[in-house]
Amino acid sequence: MEYKDYYKILDVSRDATQDQIKQAYRKVARKYHPDVSKETNAETKFKEIGEAYEVLKDPEKRAAYDKFGTNWQHGQDFETPPNWDAGFEFSGTGYSAGDAGDFSDFFEALFGHARTESRQDRNVRMRGSDQHAKIVIPIADAYHGSRQTITLSRPVVDTTGRVTTRPHILHVTIPKGIVAGQRIRLEGQGSPGYGENMGGDLYLEISFQEDRLFHAEKRDIHLTLPISPWEAALGAKVTVPTLGGNVQLKIPPGSQAGKKLRLKGRGLCTASLLGDQIVTLQIVVPEAQNEEQRALYRTMAEKMAFNPRAGLES
Amino acid sequence: MTEQTIYIQGVVFNETTRCTLSDLCRLCNVNTEMIHQMIAEGIISPEGQSEMEWRFTSLAIKRAQTTMRLHRDLEVNLPGCALILDLLDELQELRCLSRRR
Repeated sequence: MEYKDYYKILDVSRDATQDQIKQAYRKVARKYHPDVSKETNAETKFKEIGEAYEVLKDPEKRAAYDKFGTNWQHGQDFETPPNWDAGFEFSGTGYSAGDAGDFSDFFEALFGHARTESRQDRNVRMRGSDQHAKIVIPIADAYHGSRQTITLSRPVVDTTGRVTTRPHILHVTIPKGIVAGQRIRLEGQGSPGYGENMGGDLYLEISFQEDRLFHAEKRDIHLTLPISPWEAALGAKVTVPTLGGNVQLKIPPGSQAGKKLRLKGRGLCTASLLGDQIVTLQIVVPEAQNEEQRALYRTMAEKMAFNPRAGLES
Repeated sequence: MTEQTIYIQGVVFNETTRCTLSDLCRLCNVNTEMIHQMIAEGIISPEGQSEMEWRFTSLAIKRAQTTMRLHRDLEVNLPGCALILDLLDELQELRCLSRRR
């Protein structure tokens, strides 16, 4: 197993007072709490912080932990020396129900034996904590529905009752028409807890990858469509990409830049909820590349009485 | 031997999701008293008149669960949780807007 430098995790010096340890914990807990943190593996880091505090806040446990001194590097291979905890009595377990299965191998090796014994004696059943994860998927996967294989890092209880952290692979169905920000609840797929069927739940929050063409807003898909000035003025039938393939769209004559056209049912749809694709027209002006083309433009200028800046004049 | 991968299907919390008071208690691992306090604080708002008729949306479930996590993990009181949720919403909106530019 890996040695864990609890002082390093809490960003505090080895001779910190109990008050300083509490302050350091509070500060770093806020930074890495999964609900407010911008860091990528906040949940794992937050659990690590909790474990570090669990040891350092208790003078008994801290003293026992300190016996190893500064000889070990965080992450280094480690084995508990025999009788390392001789002379220490850990009163009570001090674990709350929500912590079941959240601590590392290292912690379990040092402090877990008391809990193991009580667990065997009283046949304790403790519900595992819920796990929350964010998955990023292409918008097309949400449009059609898809199957995803995701890897989570989570605590696993083995046959001897010891808890280790393993990468856990899950095969999940992403339902058609799911919207960014919505969550999928997978019952019993969270932390395992103690006892049969005591696993917490796993919540997967959906988030979309940036797409070159499409932008999702709730159930609607937005696309900017470039058209030519004559298509705008005269109207036209154009091919428009959607997540479900190309469709034909009628541009009404006299369309202006920014005009929005709606393709019903071409957004993120479930059996009962419909989303649309909203196409925003963008008028692109072709460059005059020779004298003939310049002449065409000049003719337009002469023949069409048109002041685009009329609204700006006072 | 060919292995068949089994893809598990969860429950989606979307616009049509509605849960009862006891469902919500179970999902947040709290008693009804805590839910009452969250409602009093304006963190969540049920649809329906009597407790038996109360129904909570996906958004309410998410807010209630986040509140309990902040409360348990960071020892934030309920008014603090309410404020944090509002700020998180605002942050989310701002990030969305800045991404669109």
